[in-house]
Amino acid sequence: MAADNLPSEFDVVILGTGLTESVLAAACSRVGQKVLHLDRRNYYAGNWASFTFNSLLSWIQEYKAQQEMPSTESDQAWVGKIEEGEDMLPLSSVDSSIINLEVFSYASFPKDSEAANEEPSGSSVEPQHSDSPGDRTQGAAEPPKQETEPSEACKNRQMPETQQSNQSEESDKQEQPITRPAEAPIELNKRITYAKLLKEGRRFNIDLVSKLLYSRGSLVDLLIKSNVSRYAEFKNVNRILICRDGRVKQVPCSRADVFGSKQLNVVEKRMLMKFLTFCLDFEQHPEEFQGFSEKPFWEFLKSQKLTENLQHFVLHSISMADQEILTEEGLKATQHFLQCLGRYGNTPFLFPLYGLGEIPQCFCRMCAVFGGIYCLRHSVQCLVVDKESGKCKAVIDTHGQRISCNHFVVEDSYIREEQRTKTSHRQISRAVVITDRSVLSYESDQQVLVCGRVRECTCTCAPSTDLVHLTCPASGSAREDLAPVISNLFHVPNRSEETEKPLALWVMYFNMRDTSGLDSSCYSLPSNVHVCTGPDASLGCDYSIKLAESMFNQLLPDEEFCPPAPNPEDIIYDGDGAPGEGASFEETNHAERSGPEGEGQPQENGQPSSESSEPAESTDSVAPETNTESKVQISPTEE
Amino acid sequence: MHGRVKVKSTAQQEEEKRKEREKKLKVYLSARDAVFSKKSNGVLDEEALQLTQQLLSSNPDFATLWNFRREILLHLETVKEEEEMQKLYELELLFTESCLKVNPKSYGSWHHRGWVSSRLPRPDWPRELSLCDRCLSVDERNFHCWDYRRFVVKASGVPVSQELRFTDRLIGSNFSNYSSWHYRSTLLPLLQPGTPSPCRKPAHVSPTASPQTHGHRVCEEQLLKEYELVQNAFFTDPNDQSAWFYYRWLLGRAEREEMISCVYVSREGERVTVAFSKLVNAPAEGLVLVLDGQPQQVEWRSVHPLFRHSPVWLCELPPGSISDINNEHNLTVHWTEKHTHRDCALYTGRLESWCRDSATDQELFRSELSIEKTSVLQSELQSCGQLLELEPQNKWCLLTTILLMRALDPLGHERETLAHFQTLKEVDPMRSSYYSDLCSKFMIENTILKMEYAEVRVFSLSDKNLSTLCHLDQLLLVTHINLSSNQLLKLPPQFAMLHCLKVLEADNNAIENLEGLYQLPKLEDVSLRNNHISKLSTLEPLVSCPKLIRLDLRGNPITKTANIQAELAQLLPSVTDLLI
Repeated sequence: MAADNLPSEFDVVILGTGLTESVLAAACSRVGQKVLHLDRRNYYAGNWASFTFNSLLSWIQEYKAQQEMPSTESDQAWVGKIEEGEDMLPLSSVDSSIINLEVFSYASFPKDSEAANEEPSGSSVEPQHSDSPGDRTQGAAEPPKQETEPSEACKNRQMPETQQSNQSEESDKQEQPITRPAEAPIELNKRITYAKLLKEGRRFNIDLVSKLLYSRGSLVDLLIKSNVSRYAEFKNVNRILICRDGRVKQVPCSRADVFGSKQLNVVEKRMLMKFLTFCLDFEQHPEEFQGFSEKPFWEFLKSQKLTENLQHFVLHSISMADQEILTEEGLKATQHFLQCLGRYGNTPFLFPLYGLGEIPQCFCRMCAVFGGIYCLRHSVQCLVVDKESGKCKAVIDTHGQRISCNHFVVEDSYIREEQRTKTSHRQISRAVVITDRSVLSYESDQQVLVCGRVRECTCTCAPSTDLVHLTCPASGSAREDLAPVISNLFHVPNRSEETEKPLALWVMYFNMRDTSGLDSSCYSLPSNVHVCTGPDASLGCDYSIKLAESMFNQLLPDEEFCPPAPNPEDIIYDGDGAPGEGASFEETNHAERSGPEGEGQPQENGQPSSESSEPAESTDSVAPETNTESKVQISPTEE
Repeated sequence: MHGRVKVKSTAQQEEEKRKEREKKLKVYLSARDAVFSKKSNGVLDEEALQLTQQLLSSNPDFATLWNFRREILLHLETVKEEEEMQKLYELELLFTESCLKVNPKSYGSWHHRGWVSSRLPRPDWPRELSLCDRCLSVDERNFHCWDYRRFVVKASGVPVSQELRFTDRLIGSNFSNYSSWHYRSTLLPLLQPGTPSPCRKPAHVSPTASPQTHGHRVCEEQLLKEYELVQNAFFTDPNDQSAWFYYRWLLGRAEREEMISCVYVSREGERVTVAFSKLVNAPAEGLVLVLDGQPQQVEWRSVHPLFRHSPVWLCELPPGSISDINNEHNLTVHWTEKHTHRDCALYTGRLESWCRDSATDQELFRSELSIEKTSVLQSELQSCGQLLELEPQNKWCLLTTILLMRALDPLGHERETLAHFQTLKEVDPMRSSYYSDLCSKFMIENTILKMEYAEVRVFSLSDKNLSTLCHLDQLLLVTHINLSSNQLLKLPPQFAMLHCLKVLEADNNAIENLEGLYQLPKLEDVSLRNNHISKLSTLEPLVSCPKLIRLDLRGNPITKTANIQAELAQLLPSVTDLLI
């Protein structure tokens, strides 16, 4: 598409379509700001995206290509656009927020039964091999070297709570050294094949960040308040699991769970209910935790006559807290968890029906409805800074067009190292596992698993497979951090046979940069350039939403943040022009359904248009293929 | 500001809505008129079916239209093939389903659905059950749906065990659900021993159980599971009453055997008094009195004209039939309806005689909570004690503990029971009167038991905080009663059952009503000091007590009335010893 078509003046230019950027775009557009929203990727949501299996493989390919061939800085097309009294501030053209990507495939290939782990012939992608800079190319065919020791070390170093909480991961792992894949059992053939994964690939929605929505968290509140909820559908998380003593158990968190739990005796049930009831309004009873305000939460739990079992449940699965969290914070976290219960179901969590990547797209849609303009595969090369005021006057896009703006909002990964005052980053370790069944058999498909600080949630996926996400703050590479957990929870095929555990079919590890701790003091940028940090390591989305709101208040201090959008039928259109825009969003729907990489290239649709656009009234067509009974529609009426 | 989205004003929206509504109303009214004209002309065609459908889908509570619809369908049944009707009725089911989506509590829609289901040539019951499931998952207390579900279960013969699993599921998702617990209580007795879930009947009936009561009981193994389930519920949330009520049901409520518990004959009064184990209407029960082998023509009357049903009945014998003290007489009272009888012999030289079961033999007052084996009750009492330790203020737990203690050993636990009642009144002041009455009842029961053990006819219940009187039928033979220093407000009509009473002491109460002092043939001495008797009319029932000679009314408001002495003398001429 011809970039020259873009208008050359905007109020706000936003680069990156992650959650914070998208919310901000919607909020600005909603109050009448002219918004240009760009992303250099060819899909929405950036590191918040959800992929089908096939598009995830392409994503991996792209990652690999970028690692092999770091793109050179583009030609200095902007030179002629800079005027007297202006400075130029280049942005990074390389995304380095993902590192240490490694992929292992254990799914069998039907044509090749005696060597089940060889590469698929004729497959267009090479999913089981993925190179990362540190020369750790490890297909499943090669036994990973020194698997046990480094991860052991890092576990002990970084995750001390696993030991204190009586988890037997350590010992399990040591007893199972990785064996040669040649010993892989033959009956793999009966299991799900790699070809089947590819064939069913479109039924997966694999999130890059694994997050859930607290049903009374700020994201749900925002979805309701802004009416953005109409663009998406949600499912309840059915249960929360915990791994303790090497066994996966269900966490009794609601009243019905406690009642039905077989692991607790009646007295434990009473004690747990009593404690949880107290947590609901703990502020009213300060005398109960008076002596503990400076002490860690677990000490308080110990003092409450809770059995060890209960202490573990409360600390790790209900407050979802760190081992060292202080009592009051722990109580607050527990309270928040409990307040979220029962709003939409028996657990406090909701999950977007087609993956977390839906949510940023919903806000983008809202932005477009109010006139925002979208261009994917379109980035900004550099900022034009006024020497006198030190402010960013304009940006020069990848096509060399100069676009003036009052504010420029950018995702962290576009910032060059030179503009950073703080160069060290935290990392999030992530693993995505496709397995053949749930870690604890049950008829549901939505669950959260918490063990230590490693969190897993299994989500929408193809029939007879299960998807498990693992997340933890990184201490080493993702594989070092998480492989021990995976080998504890799953049966990895080239090891000794263990049928009672689910079979890991496909595993992907990567580290994602966690910039959530950074603020404006960490960048040396003009005052009207605002950096959105990426996803954090926590389970909820509250951090990113709060960030978007505070940035909005900085940008437009006098405006309301995401007031309720009017009903489409109540919008008055002056003249023509509206319908075309609506059609473009129809296509975005398709993209949502088939994953951001679906055919049709919806990202090309950012037709410049100053008119307000009509939202496509097809919310029900967004989700045509799943059972309607278990869906949750968030709306203000459910309050 | 530029670029703002323009939105219609509220007034514009209102106006649009109003127009929409008007249009709808017009369509509705014209359709209604069309249907009514068809109905009055007896046109039962498919167009009428169409029209009623249109109307009912916007207003499913229009009963006349449902009726008309059924008329049409019945008519169509006579002219159409079964296959066609099957299709038509299936459409009806779809239609009612859509109505229920609009209003899940529409009487008309549910009723019509039931009717259609019963007319359907090939009903699809599983489908109906799943509809109920969906409906109950939205609102687990939708009683329309519960009713319909019971109908479907009955019609399709769903096995009891499957229904039990259904209640398991509902209770599992939310145990604050009376409907499910109650449904469970109706299902459990139907579980037959030897059916898939291996249940034995109790091998022996516990000795405390009366023989008639175990027929509808649940087998032991299942009962233990139920105890576990319900304990899980009340330990999880002890303030949820549905579980406690179910627990009370589980612990059972023994019904007393129907029998004649006492026959009393007085030579002097030439009167026979009969007490039953429950309320009866004697004249209708085929009661026959046989005196010395001769059936007697007698007229049975209850102790007080207020009672048509009473546990105590009496009759006058023909004058002179037993008055000679030198004769011995044998009486038998036959209760032909129940094929039972009781004999009583009046020996020479005796003025009165009786024959009865003692309250101790009958385990009378254990009936509040059941017939379960003592060991079961004992272990239940232990778990309640455990909960009470954790939740000392929980009223449900306190009350259940009291009941269990009563069932196990009423006298042995008397002190603890009283303490628990005290706590109950404090934690639940709204129901303190109920607890007082219940406590009074238990105190009276205990006193009766003590009296029985002592084999005396003197009943003393002074200073026990009694707020009410009960079990008076058990006091038929009592001659002296002391009710002083309680909180009684009245002597209720049941008091007239104390047919042998000679001396009544009821000082220091708040009595203002003496209805129960009615036709007490032997009453001689009544002491009512410091009560609230204020009117002469209050004392009128005493007129019917022929032997009253002493009456103490000191400390009552009535004593302040002018000329009271003379009026009392006129009202109660037999009283020679009047204390005012």
